[in-house]
Amino acid sequence: MQLTGSQILFKILKEENVDTIFGYPGGSVMDIYDELFRQNIKHILVRHEQGAVHAADGYARVSGKVGVCLVTSGPGATNTVTGLANAYMDSIPLVVFTGQVQTWLIGNDAFQEVDITGITRPCTKHNFLVRRIEDVATTIKEAFRIARSGRPGPVLVDLPKDVIQTRIDEAELKYSISLPDKPVIPNAKRCAKALDLLKKAQKPVIISGGGVLLGRASEELRSFARVLNIPVTSTLMGLGTFPASDPLWLGMLGMHGTYYANMAVSYSDLLIAVGVRFDDRVTSNVEAFAPHAQIIHIDIDPASIDKIVKSHLSIVGDCKPALQWFNKEITSGRLSLPAEQIKSWRQQIRQWKEKFPLAYCRSKKIKPQCVIETLWKITNGEAIITTEVGQNQMWTAQFYRFDRPNTFISSGGLGTMGFGLPAAIGAQVACPGKLVVDIAGDGSIQMNIQELATAVQYNIPVKVVILNNNFLGMVRQWQELFFDKRYSHTDMSHAPDFVKLAEAYGATGFRASAPDEVETVLKKGLHTRGPVMMDFEVEPEECVYPMVKSGDPLTEMSLGDSNIVA
Amino acid sequence: MEVRENIISILVNNKPDVLARIAGTFSGRGFNIESISANVMMNPAITKIIITTRGNKQTVTKMEKQLHKLVDVLQVDDLTDVDSACGEMILIRIKLTEENKGKVMKAINTYNWRVVSMDPSSCIVEVTGDKELIDDALALLAPLGMDDFTRTGCIVLKRCKS
Repeated sequence: MQLTGSQILFKILKEENVDTIFGYPGGSVMDIYDELFRQNIKHILVRHEQGAVHAADGYARVSGKVGVCLVTSGPGATNTVTGLANAYMDSIPLVVFTGQVQTWLIGNDAFQEVDITGITRPCTKHNFLVRRIEDVATTIKEAFRIARSGRPGPVLVDLPKDVIQTRIDEAELKYSISLPDKPVIPNAKRCAKALDLLKKAQKPVIISGGGVLLGRASEELRSFARVLNIPVTSTLMGLGTFPASDPLWLGMLGMHGTYYANMAVSYSDLLIAVGVRFDDRVTSNVEAFAPHAQIIHIDIDPASIDKIVKSHLSIVGDCKPALQWFNKEITSGRLSLPAEQIKSWRQQIRQWKEKFPLAYCRSKKIKPQCVIETLWKITNGEAIITTEVGQNQMWTAQFYRFDRPNTFISSGGLGTMGFGLPAAIGAQVACPGKLVVDIAGDGSIQMNIQELATAVQYNIPVKVVILNNNFLGMVRQWQELFFDKRYSHTDMSHAPDFVKLAEAYGATGFRASAPDEVETVLKKGLHTRGPVMMDFEVEPEECVYPMVKSGDPLTEMSLGDSNIVA
Repeated sequence: MEVRENIISILVNNKPDVLARIAGTFSGRGFNIESISANVMMNPAITKIIITTRGNKQTVTKMEKQLHKLVDVLQVDDLTDVDSACGEMILIRIKLTEENKGKVMKAINTYNWRVVSMDPSSCIVEVTGDKELIDDALALLAPLGMDDFTRTGCIVLKRCKS
């Protein structure tokens, strides 16, 4: 039997257990779309290719599978760049297929031709231009393997139109791949060195990062921390790795981290950093970061070790087997941390927690923090939450208390406005039975608002909470604090009526203008079938606190209103 | 930490975009490539690339780790402090005139340089050796009517441990 390139593509997708694709057709991929018409595979037609990549990204984060996109050449391909860069920064496994002009036209500035492998080289884990039908199967197999192995990431596969159209005898279709896909088991000798450091620690703190989610090691981390009674903080990407309801939880650290997380890290004598890469939003001033601590850094990516923060002991490998190793030492009695040894440390942390808890002032206007806190209460903390980027994202990180892994979906490294809505769509497709909420700002929601049509078309019942302050809130906050309130181009008051807009798309819209409407609107919104957009008119000039000014030591926090208990 | 010239030897899959990936990794991380040479090995599927770059040991180590992450990179060796043979070659073209001819010929004979081509109005001299020797040759010939030159950049091969 003869197979076309398109048929081989779907054959491999099936082998890779792909059941959902996010995509947008166009000239170069018409043959693939024609084949898709006959295939039993779910395709979500987005309204912009950036939305396809973010949706696949949200899908991947929630399901743990590789997210898959299919777009056309030229502008279809360039529209994926932000999504790829976003997934690359957050190490999310994606395979993005782009159409390409016929091989004989490549390099001729043909219609809708772009050198997409050239463009995406720095923002993909790897990419391929497939020039021969014989290579289609092997390349796609490799793409999936690369995307999910080691430190995961996005892989782009560029498929010229003629390669897709060509036929090959199925008997001639040989493919095998040689790249390894085994978990990286950390070196036991290096782990053993960590035992001495752990046993001596008097002020230990665990920093848990996105690597713990990617390595599916939350259970191991919880057990490790709880048995040894070590307080846990996490990066933005690590939220959900450790339950916010646990007394050992310190909240997020960094620029908008809690007072007590930042203090704990700054006065700790032993940091156990698991699956983190020490982003500048986490460390702020690197020279002043954790000055009293020995640092044990566990990460799968050797390039992350000593890149920013010099570790005293590095353990390269999957964090799951690494933590399992330590947990085994605990069960066998070779590792313990006497309660007496860390008693005063835990006392100190309790005092910090009591001194400056996360809080905000109530007023006659709706407080954005209150919206999130109420959402957390009425969802029992069980929703999957996506965010956009900026104040909405930071308040979510602070006030929605995540207890479970893979329930907080946010653009951490790249900080991509417009991520939340498509990511929510992807997350909802991965988990049809779960409640998925996108917490948005009035600025960022408008960056990919067109995806509301996608949600309506497929009845993907995502709920959007807009914290509408008529500003680009985070930029305005910086202008208030560091630019003498010169609000240069951050006024967003010329916005659409979001309720009417939701209705225009065929979704449902609600609005809350006063604090006493928050709970009612949230309840109404969450209980309404189908996609819903809720517009909360919040305090326009509310700031996110605590805040460490970029480049200051973590101990130098502005606490703003947050030192006043609500 | 001391900034110095570092020599990195990289084995890669011989594919059209590999050089771009490596160059991109250098530029994207803020490094400059001082010299580069690339050649296919006995196994034509593999290319060896020798790169010299300035930086301190710590930053160059970070660079090597980043190179390691590239899918088509098979091996990265930092040969800066490794016992190895190192050399480069330069071709220098000199315009010959009645005034400089004698001096040029004298230099060629003194240093035993190979003359690759010679006609009444110009000659091309080949010099092989380490970086300093090449620099010296350039310094000597530049004022004597040097017209143009091409230099390979450093190539290096680790000595056998025996």
